[in-house]
Amino acid sequence: MNDVNVQKLSYQTKGFNVKETFKTPEMLTLLGFFVLCAFFSFSTAQFLTGENISNIVRQVSINGILAVGMTFVILTGGIDLSVGSVMAFTGTIMVGLMINMGMPPIAAVLLGIVLGAVLGYINGLFIAHARIPAIIVTLAMMEVARGAALLYTGGYPLSGVSKSYAFIGRGYLFGVIPMPAVIMILVFIAAYIILNHLPIGRYIYAIGGNEEAVRLSGVKVKKIKIFVYLVSGITAAISGLIMTSRLSSGQPMAGEGYELDAIAAVVLGGTSISGGRGHIFGTILGALLLGVLSNGLNLMGVSPYVQRVLKGAIIVAAIYYSSFRQKD
Amino acid sequence: MIAMDKVLEIVNITKEFPGVKALKGVSFDIRRGEVHALVGENGAGKSTLMKILSGVYTPTTGEIRLDGKEVIFQDPKQAQQLGVSIIHQEFSLIPYLSGVDNIFLGREKRKSNGLLDRRKMRKEAEEVMKRLNADIDLNKPVAHLSVANQQFIEIAKAIAIDTKVLIFDEPTASLTGKEIDKLFELIEKLKADGVTIIYISHHLDEILKMCDRMTCLRDGEWVGTREIKNVTKQDIVKMMVGREIVNAFPDKPSHHGKEEMLLEVKKLSNKSITDIQFSLKKGEIIGIAGLVGSGRTETVRALIGADPAKEREVYINQKKVDIKNPTDALAHGIALIPESRKTQGLVLNMTIKNNISLPILKDLKGFFGVINKEKEDSVINQSIKDLLIKTPSSKQMVKNLSGGNQQKVVLAKWLNTDCKILIFDEPTRGIDIGAKEEIYKLMRSLADKGLSIIMISSELPEILGMSDRVLVMHKGKIKAEIDGRIADSEKVMHYATGGVSE
Repeated sequence: MNDVNVQKLSYQTKGFNVKETFKTPEMLTLLGFFVLCAFFSFSTAQFLTGENISNIVRQVSINGILAVGMTFVILTGGIDLSVGSVMAFTGTIMVGLMINMGMPPIAAVLLGIVLGAVLGYINGLFIAHARIPAIIVTLAMMEVARGAALLYTGGYPLSGVSKSYAFIGRGYLFGVIPMPAVIMILVFIAAYIILNHLPIGRYIYAIGGNEEAVRLSGVKVKKIKIFVYLVSGITAAISGLIMTSRLSSGQPMAGEGYELDAIAAVVLGGTSISGGRGHIFGTILGALLLGVLSNGLNLMGVSPYVQRVLKGAIIVAAIYYSSFRQKD
Repeated sequence: MIAMDKVLEIVNITKEFPGVKALKGVSFDIRRGEVHALVGENGAGKSTLMKILSGVYTPTTGEIRLDGKEVIFQDPKQAQQLGVSIIHQEFSLIPYLSGVDNIFLGREKRKSNGLLDRRKMRKEAEEVMKRLNADIDLNKPVAHLSVANQQFIEIAKAIAIDTKVLIFDEPTASLTGKEIDKLFELIEKLKADGVTIIYISHHLDEILKMCDRMTCLRDGEWVGTREIKNVTKQDIVKMMVGREIVNAFPDKPSHHGKEEMLLEVKKLSNKSITDIQFSLKKGEIIGIAGLVGSGRTETVRALIGADPAKEREVYINQKKVDIKNPTDALAHGIALIPESRKTQGLVLNMTIKNNISLPILKDLKGFFGVINKEKEDSVINQSIKDLLIKTPSSKQMVKNLSGGNQQKVVLAKWLNTDCKILIFDEPTRGIDIGAKEEIYKLMRSLADKGLSIIMISSELPEILGMSDRVLVMHKGKIKAEIDGRIADSEKVMHYATGGVSE
């Protein structure tokens, strides 16, 4: 069989093959993205306006940033269900520190991000050292963080943030680029560098492929597993920052179900749910596709209930199609 | 003569994959009730042919005739129903179901009310086991049975549906000596019952002992079909590789000039091994022999900290070292090249490059800790050249390589670290003779360069051919240490089976 495959591959690498390129899941998502954009541009008048596009970008940014952390986690073969709750908890803490304790926004934001990192670290600790399945640990954290947010706020939104804080969610860089988009792009760049140019990125992929082989290669697997959940905690806190500044308040029930959107973006972007394969670009595309879909359907006046059904169907269809093609 | 009756005819079978012909017009026939060996190096087309015979692939051209009638297998289930079953190297049993449930999986017997008829299934399963002359607890989840007994369940599964042709793919790969004997008895019994057997193996001794005829494939082509009584081992090897291999093992150095002690294991024990003590000199190859389950792999895993140890007292260059995990072992220059390439040695879904550089990424860091990709590429390309890894590019996924080339990737991974002690666990399992020879040569040249090697092997010729010193293990203990120049198979087996010093 060996020679068979070697020859097969050398045959494929001879030139750029359009058919082969479009077989990769990211390309499929890209194609889907353009098709959707074209469809909504024709079917609604508002879709292609500057205001709407900036709206989409702002909507996408929260899920996009969550999905970056989720990509790290899923690449190792794990899952993080706590991101929506962690986002709400860290967000309300940031707002609380400012309005109740009079902290300057920078300090509050930094503390909030540290809190996100700590929560992620705790997830990682239980998963890597106590060997409890990630789905259980992060499900528990989802409950704990949500409860903590409700406890901290007493169940009511905290409002009254300063203008400078609200700028992060509502402002524009150079008057045109929404700030959330700027933050999202910075997060993507950081993730790209970590995953593709640092040893730890290589280890993350390798752990998803074969953890034992990585361990026997002298790599400290537990540390890296903790690291990915820590990253996911940090990205959740950054999303919490954007969310609270957009709303100018800390909502304890914000972000419910966001973990599923983040997972959907990662998986639509072609990252294998069992780990080891995928790309951060795919995640960007996945998040954009989901954002465009809900924005376009809103513009068309499709009921939000129908939207949820459609979204579920599209996720399954996309995954089915890409796994089907990969088998060929 | 009944023996001349053809049960299976393979007529001009060709199988093409995109860009390559895996089988090029292969024709031969299998006689009813014979044990027919299929040999060939990895990549010769054996697996492809077996996948066609068992219904996994359909041939591009050509036909299969079963009992003289042309058959087209759409899927493995249909092949089984028509009477062709395969026992894979990796069993297809469901670990937490009982033997009975496994045997009847997919064709459960039911009572008239639709519920499972457990009593009937148990009775039939017991009858099959009786036929196989095997005494196995059919109520236990198969995961709790030994590998050999699991294999029997797998065979029972095939027999229970009245198979005409049973294909064995490397059946002895994970069996001990006694279990192999039992399997051979069973094969004789099946043969006497009129079941035809196709036997795929790398072990030529087994083929010479068990089989009636053999067919050899090379590069997807039929090389020949012979009566076993008319061929020697040398003939088979010649057919497989297309040339004669005189001696696979490189010469051992007659005597070590310097007797410089490198590694001393003074105490090592855990739940599977007791009182392990041995030493390793610079430039020496020691072989660890023993039956499956004697604690060989457990010894080296405990040594490098991959498994916990109750006691671990290890000296390198007369200095005591503290090894708690594989990272520490690597830092002290000890590398384990593990037994199973696929589950422990490689990340199959990554490229050759990313696999080889896994343990050395730390040393390839440039500015701000970013991987220096130019340096990485030059290291990797050198490795590919040095070890003669056959691949169009370093970006090839390792899952697409042959066993021999995969093993070379694992080797490359460790040779780039500056490890002084290399532990090879079953270095040539499942790879063909040509690649084996290359690996033996490489091991000896590494030892000549001053590296020290610990080699675990289940293949006696390998132990005897390669080792300067042989340690024999039995039930978690080192039973004997024999000079490699005077070791012979009788001595090693004597201690491996629990014998005491004469």
